[in-house]
Parts: sequence; structure tokens; C-alpha cells
Amino acid sequence: MKTFTYAKAETPEAAVGGFAQDAKFIAGGTNLLDLMKLQIETPGKLVDISRLDLAQIDEREDGGLTIGALVPNSDLAADPRVIAKYAVLSRALLAGASGQLRNKASTGGNLLQRTRCYYFYDTGSKCNKREPGSGCDAIGGVNRILAVLGTSEHCIATHPSDMAVAMRALDATVLTLKADGDRRRISIHDFYRLPGDTPHIETVLEAGELITHIELPTPPKGKQTYRKVRDRASYAFALVSVAGVVSVEDGRIASASLAFGGLAPMPWKNDAVEAALVGQVPSDAVFAAAADALVADAKGFGSNDFKIPLVKRTLIAMLRELTSVEGAAS
Amino acid sequence: MHFTINGQSYDADVDVRTSVLDLCREHLGLTGSKKGCDHGQCGACTVLINGRRVNSCLTLAVMHQDDEITTIEGLGQVGNLHPLQDAFVRHDGYQCGYCTPGQICSAVGMLDEVKKGWPSHVSGDLTDPAFDDAEISERMSGNLCRCAAYPNIVDAIREVAGAEPEGRTAAEKDETMRSELKQGALV
Repeated sequence: MKTFTYAKAETPEAAVGGFAQDAKFIAGGTNLLDLMKLQIETPGKLVDISRLDLAQIDEREDGGLTIGALVPNSDLAADPRVIAKYAVLSRALLAGASGQLRNKASTGGNLLQRTRCYYFYDTGSKCNKREPGSGCDAIGGVNRILAVLGTSEHCIATHPSDMAVAMRALDATVLTLKADGDRRRISIHDFYRLPGDTPHIETVLEAGELITHIELPTPPKGKQTYRKVRDRASYAFALVSVAGVVSVEDGRIASASLAFGGLAPMPWKNDAVEAALVGQVPSDAVFAAAADALVADAKGFGSNDFKIPLVKRTLIAMLRELTSVEGAAS
Repeated sequence: MHFTINGQSYDADVDVRTSVLDLCREHLGLTGSKKGCDHGQCGACTVLINGRRVNSCLTLAVMHQDDEITTIEGLGQVGNLHPLQDAFVRHDGYQCGYCTPGQICSAVGMLDEVKKGWPSHVSGDLTDPAFDDAEISERMSGNLCRCAAYPNIVDAIREVAGAEPEGRTAAEKDETMRSELKQGALV
């Protein structure tokens, strides 16, 4: 690990004020320290935000929740309000990492996790995300875990988070404090960037911009669930995952919000999937049309081709579950 | 820097890059916590910080100067074992023993999470999780055992949690093994 200077921030304002060009904020540190040990991240300064007063979950008058950026993943998953109204978020969090990691990892940090692409981690490989302009060894390499949607000729990495997939299905909003003191609200749908020719830039956050809260809107109608397919039963990243919120009224799908993990450089969402469902009487043919819409532009890179049929089947299985009259999903 | 570990105060002049694990092992002589992967994947380094289980390899000592850190040495000692340490011995919940301190610290934290009603990935009802072997396995999945002593680890944890064994009890399994040994099946 390269050395760095360390500063503990007492307030969000002091945290952004103490930021430097080569600085990083550190909260749980479970991803950042791992990457620093491998010298993939080499910040010259760490601004410790772990003790800021941003670890509460507050209920708003509109029924939604405002989640402090430092709420640990464990606490968020176990919060009775989250379980009761946003079960897809609890399910997604519990499907990720281990008990130890969830105890340390923060809500804000989870959104900013870096990819687990092997070539990003292997400093002997070419990786445009780690070293812009160096090339991509994943394309044409061992890419079984990598993306089939939203890729570019420069990068096929996937975003690793489960939580962020649920946040997209729930239309979350990211609240930030900028270095100049301005605050802004960023829809989760606008938060991530596709790789294009700058895969090292993953979000719209500016240098020194601090995530302070994540807002969940008024709880959605319908059933919610999270389905994750992975190589082992626990403690593994998703090959594909689906976060779903679907309501059925008078025998027809009244609303649907579906987001996908393991497929793309960002938690994925495609309005065409929902358009294929809303207003329809639930049936396997309708579900298959939605699944076809999801993968219309999908492109495999050899060893990850299987993800395309896998996510279709996963989506169809989830839609059966969420639209069934019996067996309410939680 | 100043630290509180197992109820004792320590002053240590350590580099800012030092993890809680390296602080304990390399600077304070607390070598119970083990370094397996040093990347948060194996759980051998698990300690309790303010009662919560965390990977001590993935957190900086400098960030925990005001916290209560508990390592395996703080849970029990020879002659005065923690109930989980005692159960691991009786159930033979290890072979080489390298992962054991992390397993036990993790199990202490995990049982506290169960007591608080926290659900897990395998909980059918998020508001009322059951406590069975599938729950123990899921909740302990951050602790790897290369010797694969998992069945006996689950037995030890289940006993301390006061849950009923599923299927055959450990005594019944022992009996089966003894009779197979007699028949030469395992030779």
C-alpha cells in the first residue's frame, strides 16, 4: 500500500473542505482498502468520513425514507421500515457479501463499489478502467463474469453491487454535498455513466463531491423481490440478478419496475421491459416478450454468452412469482 | 495512537497504513486473530469492534482509536473458555485450527445479530427469521474453513444457541462413524 496522509472529518462541510485532488473519502473501507493494498487505488490522502453524523434512517412525511450515507449495509437490511416497505432492498443487501462486510460497508460506499473484473484487479493486465488508454484484456479474455449490455470497445466490466440494483428498481435519489458547498439531488437513474471511451469515470460525481443521503420515494405498490443467480449459494457476486416491484390490479399488471445486476457496467434498467408488461394480463408469453426486450441489444463476449438466456429465464421466473395470486413474495 | 483491546489500554506508534489485524498481531502480541487472505474473503481475521463482527484486515487501526476491540484473546482463556470456545472443542469444530479464532469471533457476533432479529438471505420471513442449520451456514458464509470442518462448526454453534439439532445428532453421527470404523469401511 502506498502511504497517504490521514484526516478525520467532524462534519460533512469539513470533509469536502479537506478534500484534495488526490484524496479519497473513506467510510467502511471494505472495497477501498482492498484496492489500496493492490495499489489499484493510490490516494495521497484519506478523508475519514466514518464518524460523520450520517448514520440515521429517517421517515419523511410522504412515507419515504431518507437513509444516511453511513448507515451500514447490515442495519439498512434489518431496519423494520425497510423490511416492511422496501423488502427488495433488504433482500438485495442480504444477498451481498458476508455478515462481517455488511457490518462495515456503508450505503454510500456500496453505490461506489468498483468492478470485480479480473483484469481490473490484475495489475499485470491491460485495463482501461485502471489505467486509461492501456487497452482491455477482458475482451477476448476470461470474461465469464462480465457484461453483455452497455459495454464499449474499451470496457466490459460489470458493476458488482446488489444494493444498487434494488435502489434503481425503487427509484432512489442520491443527495450530495459538493466541494463548493452546493448540495444536489441526483436520480439513481442518472448517477452512473456507461464506459464509452472513459471507463475510469463511473459516476456523475465531481471531485470532492460527498454522498450524504439516499432517498427512497413513497413505498411502491405491489410485491417486491430480489433474485440472484451466482456460482455458489452464498458470498459470491451475481452472475445475473433481478430486482422487481410489480403490482397487479383487476387481473392486469398495473405497474412494474425491474432492475438488473451482473449484466452491465451499471445497475441496468430498460423502460422497454416495463412497457412490455404494464397493462397486460400476466402470462408466460408476456413475460417472454419483456425478457426479449431486455436482451434485444445484448452482446456476449464468448464465455459470458450464457448470461443472455440466463437472465431471460431469471426474469420470467421472477415475474411468475410476483404476479402469482398466492405465495406473496417478500 | 491509543487503542482499547479486550478491555486493556494500549499505546502504539504505528504507520497510518496499519490494519487492525496487523496492529494486534505485529505490534501488540495478540496473535490469536489470523491473517488468511488479507482481503476480506476468508474471515480468519474476524474480530468484534463495539460488539459487531468485522474483518480486521480490511479496516485501518487509525480509524478505531475510540472503539472497543475484542479479539479471541478477550473472549476467554484456558481454564475460563467462552461457551463457543468450549463447544468448538467438544464438537471438534476444527482440524488445523487456523480459521477457528475468526470462526468463534464471527459466531459471537452472529448470535448477537440473531438475538436482535436480523434476517438473512435464507430467511423466509424477514420479520421473523427461523434459526436452523441453513441459517447458521448462510450467516457464517464469510468464514471459510479449508479443512471443511463445517458440520462440526455448525453443531457447536447450534448447541450454544440452544437450538435443536436437525436430523442426526452429533452423538448419533459419532456412533455411525464408530461402527463404520469397526467394519473397516473408513480404513
